[in-house]
Amino acid sequence: MSETKLIGNVSRRTILKGSAATTGAALIGGTFPMHFIKNAHAQTFRGDPGSAASVKLGFNVPQTGPYADEGADELRAYQLAVKHINGEGDGGMLNTMKPLELKGNGILGKKVEFVTGDTQTKSDAARASAKRMIEKDNVAMVTGGSSSGVAIAVQGLCQEMGVIFMAGLTHSNDTTGKDKKRYGFRHFFNAYMSGQAIAPVLLDEYGNERRAYHLTADYTWGWTQEESIKAATENIGWETVNTVRTPVGAGDFSQYITPVLNSGADVLILNHYGKDMVNSLTQAVQFGLRDKQVNGKNFEIVVPLYSRLMAQGAGEAAKGILGTTNWHWSLTDAGSQAFVKSFGQEYGFPPSQAAHTCYVQTLLYANACEMAGTFAPWEVIKQLEGFEFDGAGNGPTLYRAEDHQCFKDVLVVRGKENPQSNFDLLEVVKNVPRAQVEYPADMFGGELGPYQV
Amino acid sequence: MDAIFLQILNGLDKGGAYALIALGLTLVFGTLGVVNFAHGAIFMMGAFCAVTLEKLLTLSVKVKDESVTFFDAYKETPYLELWFGDTGTAIIDWSVPLSIILAIPVMLLIGIVMERFLIRHFYKRPHAEQILVTFGLAIVLQEVVKAAFGANPIPQGAPDIVSGSAAVGALFGLGEAVVYPWWRLIYLAFSLMTIGLVFSFLHFTTYGMVVRAGMADRETVELLGINIERRFTIVFGIAAVVAGLAGVMYTPVLPPDYHLGMDFLVLSFVVVVVGGMGSLPGAVAAGFLLGILQSFSSMTEVKDIFPGIDQIIIYLVAVVILLTRPRGLMGRRGVMES
Repeated sequence: MSETKLIGNVSRRTILKGSAATTGAALIGGTFPMHFIKNAHAQTFRGDPGSAASVKLGFNVPQTGPYADEGADELRAYQLAVKHINGEGDGGMLNTMKPLELKGNGILGKKVEFVTGDTQTKSDAARASAKRMIEKDNVAMVTGGSSSGVAIAVQGLCQEMGVIFMAGLTHSNDTTGKDKKRYGFRHFFNAYMSGQAIAPVLLDEYGNERRAYHLTADYTWGWTQEESIKAATENIGWETVNTVRTPVGAGDFSQYITPVLNSGADVLILNHYGKDMVNSLTQAVQFGLRDKQVNGKNFEIVVPLYSRLMAQGAGEAAKGILGTTNWHWSLTDAGSQAFVKSFGQEYGFPPSQAAHTCYVQTLLYANACEMAGTFAPWEVIKQLEGFEFDGAGNGPTLYRAEDHQCFKDVLVVRGKENPQSNFDLLEVVKNVPRAQVEYPADMFGGELGPYQV
Repeated sequence: MDAIFLQILNGLDKGGAYALIALGLTLVFGTLGVVNFAHGAIFMMGAFCAVTLEKLLTLSVKVKDESVTFFDAYKETPYLELWFGDTGTAIIDWSVPLSIILAIPVMLLIGIVMERFLIRHFYKRPHAEQILVTFGLAIVLQEVVKAAFGANPIPQGAPDIVSGSAAVGALFGLGEAVVYPWWRLIYLAFSLMTIGLVFSFLHFTTYGMVVRAGMADRETVELLGINIERRFTIVFGIAAVVAGLAGVMYTPVLPPDYHLGMDFLVLSFVVVVVGGMGSLPGAVAAGFLLGILQSFSSMTEVKDIFPGIDQIIIYLVAVVILLTRPRGLMGRRGVMES
């Protein structure tokens, strides 16, 4: 009886001590709830595969909603990347990327597995899905996206939870600018780079005496692109006649297009993406803008952010239209060729620029873990920061440490007038060298935040 | 002045589309008492009738592009062009107007099947259940279309001859810059014509008269020995055809994707509510009214004073109408009023 009582006393005291200790640890560690994790000690982290034979990655892409086709392509790329990292298939860019420590035996000897989530291109759905992957599936890294609004929302969550986020397609300056995060990395280019890349081509093709009218999608990406393109075109002497915000998903843009007719503008710049871009471009062409002569010049339309899927949606209207893109399947460098070959043979058609950036991001993360010798995110982050590599499709590339933005060559493209095949929709007008699109790291403000959260 | 004229045209054009969808919605509500949330999906199915016909007409011989090595890329030449030369090209060019011939029977059939096999069972159930089942149906239909055609919009061209713009400014003594796409003018004419046809059908045919009598007093009409239920089924079919044709004709304006119906559904419900549930002239008037209001509220001059007004104007009008006149502009006394 006394023995039982003693045991009871001891265990109660132990419990009290233990909980005081864990509460203290939780207070020191901020919001990180360490006492919920098995084998908790100071160096534990979310997504740690521990002694398991495999490590899980979370692919969070739009599987429903307007970007579902792009999301499907991103998912194909991720699956291909996993195959290559695990040593299956022909290896793709594992054969071309340098430096690379991946050996085709998974990451740090652990086989890569993945879970997928549906962002629905909605910030709340994307966050819920990422949270589920992190908490329930114990993923070591989250990646994906087809919208800057979503990417910024998920990136914020990943920072709070201490899991690395390798952004997919997101083009807003804010992603690695005012909303940059220590745990967020972007390989894709941004609106500022689009402006710097396309401005000289616009000057060559359309001259320096132009009056531009902007229609802009009313959210983070649209705003930053308008700002960047406006600045870049005014730099080459263009005047900005008007900038008009349009609701996302407006469908019929006629009430925004007709004012352009009388505005005295001779260039229409569409800061729209996806379905909005397909609709506004189709309708602008119907309103005869491209057949118009204003100020003695041919009226022109520019779509600063272009993709093959969008050119396909706009059909005839996209022909001859200038824009920029992160990457295109027709590039002939070794990295691009290796990727297009693997992807083409696996799926029977070429990868989109979204697929390319997602594939490269996965390899970069895997390689950084291999270099760090651990999955501990703060160590992996240090490997990615300032990492320089080549052979991934855009020439020598730098993951800048100060803002986690990749710097690489950018493509200026044009909707092809006479396509040779069903996939031959864009032609590369200029491969703009990295030096032309670089900018100071503090230009867009923001704070990365701590390594350990 | 030029800007105002163009915004009126925009408003009429938008209003035409709203009115056509709302007309079918309110017709179904007035006759069958059903709140049909699948009506937007019917509009979308109409648009995909045009896509289907275009795909059929452009079935092609595929010649592999040998310069592409890692996957199969093809240069496609439609059979019609190979077999009939310029005539074939012309047929493909006219695929959207030709789709009307396909869409009428197909949409009538879809409407009747929908009514007979699903919606009929919900006549006596509360509106909330009708909304749930029709909304569910809409989701099923759009997922079927997505599985078949993908999520990306599919461009549909208007025939070449009407793909440019008409110099309407010159006609009205306005500036030369005042132009308007031919196809949108055709769409406006088409919506006015369709609205006229539906009204004539209901007012000048015996069949229509019986339907209107059934709307007013179903019981008495049934006591006279008329099978009003069958007539209402046909009315449901007609509502589907009207929405379907609106969808077909809208494809050159808005490259259709599977979500097209949902984009229009909420708007057209607002139109019906503003016009008055069950009121046909109300739906038409409200359609045009809201279209024009939406266009004017997007003008920079207006947005400078009320930023963002273009995004909320329609709902603002709906709120004001519901607060001051719950039965809508032309709704019957007592409908939606306590």
